Amino acid sequence: MSITYLEAIREAQAKLLRDDERVFIYGQDVGGTFGGAFKATKGLAKEFPGRVLNTPISEDAIVGTAIGAAMQGMRPIVEMQFADFSSIALNQILNNAGTHHWRTGMPVPITVRLPSGGTKGSGPFHSQSMESIYAHYPGLIVMTPATVEDAYTMLIEAVAIDDPVIYCEHKYLYYHLKADKLPEKGLPTGRARIAREGRDLTIVSYSAMVQESLAAAEELAREGFEVEVVDLRTVKPLDTDTVLASVARTGRLLCVGESFPWGGATAEVIARVTSQGFHLLDAAPQRLNAKDTPIPYHPNLWSAHRPNAQHIATKARALLRE
Amino acid sequence: MLQTAQRSAKSKTKKAAPLHERFLEAFRWMLLARTLEEKLVSLYRGGLITGGVYIGKGQEAISVACGLFLQKGDIFAPLIRDQAGRSAFGEPLLDVTRTYLGSRLGPMRGRDGNIHRGHPRKNELAMISHLGAMISVTVGALLAKRFKGEKNFVGLASIGEGGMQTGSFHEGMNIAAVEQVPLVVVATNNHYAYSTPNDREFACHDLVDRALGYGFEGYSLDGTDLAACLDVIGSAVKRARAGRPPQLVVASVLRLSGHGEHDDASYVTEEIKQQPFARDCLKVAEQTIIDLNLSDAETLAEWRKHAAAQVDEAIASAQKEPAPEGDKEDWCALSTRDLVDSFE
Repeated sequence: MSITYLEAIREAQAKLLRDDERVFIYGQDVGGTFGGAFKATKGLAKEFPGRVLNTPISEDAIVGTAIGAAMQGMRPIVEMQFADFSSIALNQILNNAGTHHWRTGMPVPITVRLPSGGTKGSGPFHSQSMESIYAHYPGLIVMTPATVEDAYTMLIEAVAIDDPVIYCEHKYLYYHLKADKLPEKGLPTGRARIAREGRDLTIVSYSAMVQESLAAAEELAREGFEVEVVDLRTVKPLDTDTVLASVARTGRLLCVGESFPWGGATAEVIARVTSQGFHLLDAAPQRLNAKDTPIPYHPNLWSAHRPNAQHIATKARALLRE
Repeated sequence: MLQTAQRSAKSKTKKAAPLHERFLEAFRWMLLARTLEEKLVSLYRGGLITGGVYIGKGQEAISVACGLFLQKGDIFAPLIRDQAGRSAFGEPLLDVTRTYLGSRLGPMRGRDGNIHRGHPRKNELAMISHLGAMISVTVGALLAKRFKGEKNFVGLASIGEGGMQTGSFHEGMNIAAVEQVPLVVVATNNHYAYSTPNDREFACHDLVDRALGYGFEGYSLDGTDLAACLDVIGSAVKRARAGRPPQLVVASVLRLSGHGEHDDASYVTEEIKQQPFARDCLKVAEQTIIDLNLSDAETLAEWRKHAAAQVDEAIASAQKEPAPEGDKEDWCALSTRDLVDSFE
């Protein structure tokens, strides 16, 4: 048996609907016989009548409705058709959901699924990685699962959390990533994972860039370098301890993210390591992000725009020589 | 809570219409709101309130009708000028004074101020400043009640003609109609969005015409006429509760203050001040009481005195309470404490 990252997301939602009557799914095209633009909710509307609901193209109102329902004790899962369109819902997510517990003492347990990141030919408006924007604002948890197992357990965990969770699922991983079976339980939320052990360099990454970093580490291993890869799993909270412990072992840090380069999760990791673990570093920490342009449509341009295993290996080699 | 209105012998002998009790009750909430807000303005001008003061002067008749017909279990999403409605819905005066005066014991604990307060656990939603956003939140609360199998509930969301021009409002209205939730949206056209007059806000003939486009039932209302407010808004609540499509009421008044108390509203033209919708609803209601002999001057004076005493007491209590302190604050935006990020 083989389960894809996408199927894990579907299975997690099926389990949540089965186990918890407070759960419903709300989003564009998620219901009916269609089951979502990527089929992450395929068959669920039929299996759970009245609980997987199509909505108008109204990202603001979709999230607003989820917020109101959560205030009344429900556990809504919102599917944004593409992470990019969640920009329309920023106000509800950041200013309503994100502030509500702080302001009123009542948390808003919504889970917003963001099909994130680039795939070939998707262009500027169907490829974005929004995690750094959501992590910047208070009051939200931001998950970025990089494995089939995490895609499953972290989504179940997201719905159990009393606070709003932004769940960034990577579209490139939907079909590329497979596992033999789904686990009962994963690492605790907020704990990073050592995806590969090494002693020469730490690559800190998350989401699809973990897979690219692992491929780079494999390439570098053939050259005699032992690269450790840390998968953050959640970019907020950020598991600084695991990152520092890794840097303590390797003395070198490269952070890799698919989002735009200004600020963001990779910058945050470097800021923390330099301020809390400067003495652990044998070389200046480096980072690798997408280019500071909109995400291009053409595959030739797209593959040059986002970091891939080759880019990461090149950057890592330079850092290893320092 | 308000005492029961003391009816004069005169009013008892008058052949009273059945709605008079409600009219008088509404009037007293309006009076309380006006008294409270006048006092808040004084405190603000005296430098005792930080931030801003935003009052509902001239809109009390509409607002009180918004709060008055809601029952336990109903959802109320008040907005900036809804003091009368909030009180009628059950918000204690102390919530208001604690929030404006920054008491640590208030519902917002100094974390948010003035009109952004709420009690979501008591179904009084805490508005955000981004207008239109609370429409869909109210829809969601109603949807949840339907999921949970509750019956006989409604939600009422307040908005102004300024907020009606946002994308969020449009999305909220549309999704309300798609979900067919029992929602009443009361839109008050007070003729200015801060300083911008209607002709730069929208170009349609009448805002109520939009109801049809959304799949709402729409009603117009003279917001200076308390009896009309009670009738039209009360009927809209009743229809929503009975399962009719969502209801839009568009009321017309003039904002009888600045946008906030920092604003002298010098842009409000003399011409508009002469319009029928520029009447002060509180004065109009009081005249109705006198004209119809619903009560007497002595009782009205007593109500005023009672309102002032309640307000003074709420202010005095809040003033004695501790302010929040930065070094004692729990700087934690999440309820799940073990998931709080550390920036040490």
